[in-house]
Amino acid sequence: MQKQNDIVLEIKNLNIFYGAIHAVKGISIKVPKGKIVTLIGANGAGKTSTLSAIAGMVKPKEGEIIYKNNNIAGKSPHEINRMGIALVPEGRRIFPNLTVYENLMMGAFNRKDKEEIERDLNWVYNLFPRLKERLKQLGGTLSGGEQQMLAISRALMSRPDVIMMDEPSLGLAPVLVSEVFDIIKVINENGGTILLVEQNAAQALKISHYGYVLETGNIILENNSDLLLKDENVQKAYLGMA
Amino acid sequence: MSGATFLQNLFNGLMFGGLYALLAVGYTMVYGILRLINFAHGDIMMMGVYFAFYASLAGAPLWLSVLIGIFGAAFLGFLIDRVAYKPLRNAPRISALITAIGMSFFLESIAVVVFGAVPKSFTAVFNENNKWLLDKTWNIGGARIPVLTFIVFLITALIFMLLFWIVYRTKIGMAMRAISSDIPTTSLMGINVDMVIGFTFALGSAMAAAGGIMWAMRYPNVFPYMGFMPGLKAFIAAVLGGIGSIPGAVVGGFLLGLLEIFLVALMPSAAGYRDAFAFIILIVILLIKPDGLLGKKSVVKV
Repeated sequence: MQKQNDIVLEIKNLNIFYGAIHAVKGISIKVPKGKIVTLIGANGAGKTSTLSAIAGMVKPKEGEIIYKNNNIAGKSPHEINRMGIALVPEGRRIFPNLTVYENLMMGAFNRKDKEEIERDLNWVYNLFPRLKERLKQLGGTLSGGEQQMLAISRALMSRPDVIMMDEPSLGLAPVLVSEVFDIIKVINENGGTILLVEQNAAQALKISHYGYVLETGNIILENNSDLLLKDENVQKAYLGMA
Repeated sequence: MSGATFLQNLFNGLMFGGLYALLAVGYTMVYGILRLINFAHGDIMMMGVYFAFYASLAGAPLWLSVLIGIFGAAFLGFLIDRVAYKPLRNAPRISALITAIGMSFFLESIAVVVFGAVPKSFTAVFNENNKWLLDKTWNIGGARIPVLTFIVFLITALIFMLLFWIVYRTKIGMAMRAISSDIPTTSLMGINVDMVIGFTFALGSAMAAAGGIMWAMRYPNVFPYMGFMPGLKAFIAAVLGGIGSIPGAVVGGFLLGLLEIFLVALMPSAAGYRDAFAFIILIVILLIKPDGLLGKKSVVKV
């Protein structure tokens, strides 16, 4: 099971409200170093809200977000990013008026280590050779799949300790969906800690180590991913098996 | 029109246009980022001119007075954003717009109280050492052009080169362009968005003050409402070029300056309608090409 001292990111009793709507109702999540943890659940279950709260885009009403022994709940997004947590936002959110290269450099905005930036750029080009061919193109001219790759690369360029990805496979052609999941696995094999949110539960559970199932703001189930894949309720509700 | 008169008008138009352009860029940068028309922009220019004027009265040399005016206006622009606009970032856009109009009145009133309503002559900044700036003229193709006109044009061009370098070649410029398309995602990149917005206000205000000070050297009348009409004209120039587009503001500024000068030159009897003419241009552009000459087609997000 998860060892306490390996936990990079821990959420305790997180509560998020939008006005009177109680979107996230006291959930607790642990993300161990070097693992892929996935949150699955239907639309409106509170997955994106949880990631937004960790990234600082939404202020939680109650609860703690412990990252490297600090409570970061309520800090602003740029402070949280500088501490080492990067978010690949839902819908990719590429800067359409910046070139592909500039989009990548936006990810490395606060870094001063030029040589290491160069190394990370080469690593990213290696992961996504198509980006290298399009460095001077504006981000807005890329296809959906290329934009997703750019969004992941941009997050990698900050050399984060934790990468959060919000629905990275959404709206992509099936071929690209597998490609994105393969890449997530490669990033993890290179030491990346990943908190993944997905509606594509089957693929997400296949590559992840641990999973949480969210339903209307509550965690209704959590377990090692391989066990969740075999769970009868999960199979029925999220994997489309009768 | 004789060749000499044409040249005279051309240089005048370029100088005027450059000054409009310097102001217009501030409007367009703030609009590009916050979708806010900063109606206090012309008044920030006015304050910059007063800062330079009083620095000079206090004994500062001309170059230092100019820098005090520019940096004073930059700081004022930054401060206005912090105090007046930042608290309204998530408020409806109309709230910020009304605040901008209020800020414009506030600055004008403060100027009346502090500096007095009586116009002051900016020629006070000139002394024996630099009076030649006012007196010297060059003879070009039969036209006598004040040297100051050339200097103003040259400095304007240098400022624009610096601006384009900042916006397209530096990290802060990259952050400005990123913010103009997506503020929340920019903050996810570890960028303090409020600092970048503050910098944008400071940069626009500094350019406005530079324009205002050069304006005051040519038309040395300094008074609390001096920013009003140039501010409106620069707004027209920004709309003409396509609001939100920096190259558009530059093109719009020069075009408006040239159009105004040549209207008066070709129809001297219409000289009194010069300001009205600028507003007619605004109405026409809003009717036939509301996105401006270089503006992007605005798509309403659903």
